[in-house]
Amino acid sequence: MTEPPILLRTEGLTKHFRIGGAFSRRMLHAVDDVSISIGEREIVALAGESGSGKSTFARLLARLYKPTSGEIFYQGKPLSRARSRADLLRYRGDVPMVFQDPFSSINPVFRVSHGVLRSLKLHRPELSADQRGEEAERVFEAVGLSPAAEVLQRFPHELSGGQRQRVGFAQALALRPKLILADEPVSMLDVSIRIGLLNLMSQLRDEQGVSILYITHDIASARYVADRLIVMYAARIAEQGPSEEMLASPRHPYTQLLLSAVPDPRAPLTIGAETDRGEPPRVIDPTPGCRFRWRCPLAIDECSQVTPELSELAPDHDAACHVARSGAGVKAFG
Amino acid sequence: MLVVRDLSAEYVTERGTVVAVDNVSFDLDPGEFIGIVGESGCGKSTLLFAIAQLLAPPARISAGSVTFKGQNMVGLTDRQLATVRWKNLSVVMQSAMNALNPVKSIGAQFKDAMRAHGVADKAHIAERSAEVLRMVGIDPVHLKSYPHQLSGGMRQRSMIAMAMLFTPDLVIMDEPTSALDVVAQRSLMVQIKELQNELGFAVIFVTHDMSLVSHFSDRLMVMYAGQVAEFGPTRQVFDAPQHPYTIGLMDAFPSIRGPRVPLTGIPGSPPNLARLPQGCRFAPRCPKVMTRCEQEPPELYHVNGTLVRCFLHADGEAGHD
Repeated sequence: MTEPPILLRTEGLTKHFRIGGAFSRRMLHAVDDVSISIGEREIVALAGESGSGKSTFARLLARLYKPTSGEIFYQGKPLSRARSRADLLRYRGDVPMVFQDPFSSINPVFRVSHGVLRSLKLHRPELSADQRGEEAERVFEAVGLSPAAEVLQRFPHELSGGQRQRVGFAQALALRPKLILADEPVSMLDVSIRIGLLNLMSQLRDEQGVSILYITHDIASARYVADRLIVMYAARIAEQGPSEEMLASPRHPYTQLLLSAVPDPRAPLTIGAETDRGEPPRVIDPTPGCRFRWRCPLAIDECSQVTPELSELAPDHDAACHVARSGAGVKAFG
Repeated sequence: MLVVRDLSAEYVTERGTVVAVDNVSFDLDPGEFIGIVGESGCGKSTLLFAIAQLLAPPARISAGSVTFKGQNMVGLTDRQLATVRWKNLSVVMQSAMNALNPVKSIGAQFKDAMRAHGVADKAHIAERSAEVLRMVGIDPVHLKSYPHQLSGGMRQRSMIAMAMLFTPDLVIMDEPTSALDVVAQRSLMVQIKELQNELGFAVIFVTHDMSLVSHFSDRLMVMYAGQVAEFGPTRQVFDAPQHPYTIGLMDAFPSIRGPRVPLTGIPGSPPNLARLPQGCRFAPRCPKVMTRCEQEPPELYHVNGTLVRCFLHADGEAGHD
């Protein structure tokens, strides 16, 4: 497989929040030194537990937060240079976000056409009112909400959760996006509905040519849709690589732990190895060292002194682990 | 120990009565673990509330009985129920953040529960509180902590600790892990199973995620639109699902192992309980629908020790558990 051209790339992206009282100097590290790239027509899954920083990362990309340091390059250009309203508007149209909760992300007092038509008016002012209507119908059909003309006239409460989430994708699609930031888009939906949305994401990639950053804590669904997988732990990237290869041979002990925790009805019962009772730390004013070391059965002295950097252990497959780098084929969990 | 017979529960609304739980029967043995799975709106939580006698208007039990240790609990007054609740039967709710009192420490809430059931000895209360917290793997120093100071996993564990205060015979759990991450979820399930092995209580566990209970429950009940769709030994339901709905649910889970295959899920969405189809409630979404399915509702049929509500298995003997 040849590498797709890079659409968006981050370099050392970092976000710290000041916590505590007004005079507190304590800093919560939500995202630390994250460098990733997303190719054209590529679905990248960003997986991690709550508090790992994955949602903050998406919000940085959506420019809802200003990074503490680091840079986002979109189509090769640094975003911090884009200051004019027109530039920002263009970026926001190119990189829209779909939110987790389909019950609160659509305004309940308007018909569902309202949101789509409004963003079309804002982002694509060249369209006439009739063209906006046609475009709204096109994107509703594209996400499987048909007959589009009829669905557009409904109110959010008349739609099921799955349909509402499709409205979210339709709104994003109306902007003719290059990259959709999807923050846990299926986690609130019922199991039988989820797969339809995941299939929709692959379909949008294949038919509309958009890239998707799929943020999730469900690693099985990440495997199902994503070309590449990034696992975050405590604000940093633990491991990244092509999803199939990474799940077949996870290098970072944390990835192994995540995989071993996924309930798989087809697998035989194994209790015993999973004595892990740990939780991801809140990263406040951290000292150097690996942030997983307290939970890691393989931790060595170096882990408490030196922060492991990502290093390439297989083609395009990186892990930030001293032990994995020194010897191949270590298995901590699962 | 627990005998549920023909239990129905309904919601009385202005636009008519909606039957959320329709004629559910099952027996639960001491120490048994039953998982109840289904999508939102399938009636699983209403069933659980009906069993625990926690339904509040507009919901009510419209028919059937819930016999717990020989006593029919349907129709008991709150005062009569109070002697049963906590002591013999406790309930762990879905959202610990909402179930715990945010302005009281964990220890104070444990104390309230014990005092309400006539335990006055302070030393005993302190000792038992520390003991149950230790049982779920939390350091007893957290008796002084407030809910917001604990992580989601710890809050859920303290809820379970609280349910253990009187060593109940039956613990009813409503999606206790749904707000947790996979790792925390897994560790909580293992914890529950360990406690159960140690203390011997029975569990009714409601969840929307059937893979979660796959390794922990003895029997599995799949609900659809207020009815039991399939009910049998967990392993058997997973290895050889009989109802097209169960098969569809199984096929809706992407796996992390094996080949990556395209999945279809189940088309459509569950029916509105106020406007149910005339025949089988799953018929509009069913890939194997027959003419008969659209005309009359199927009963539960016995197939190799499993109960299945589907005409494909109508040659089996019709029956109840």
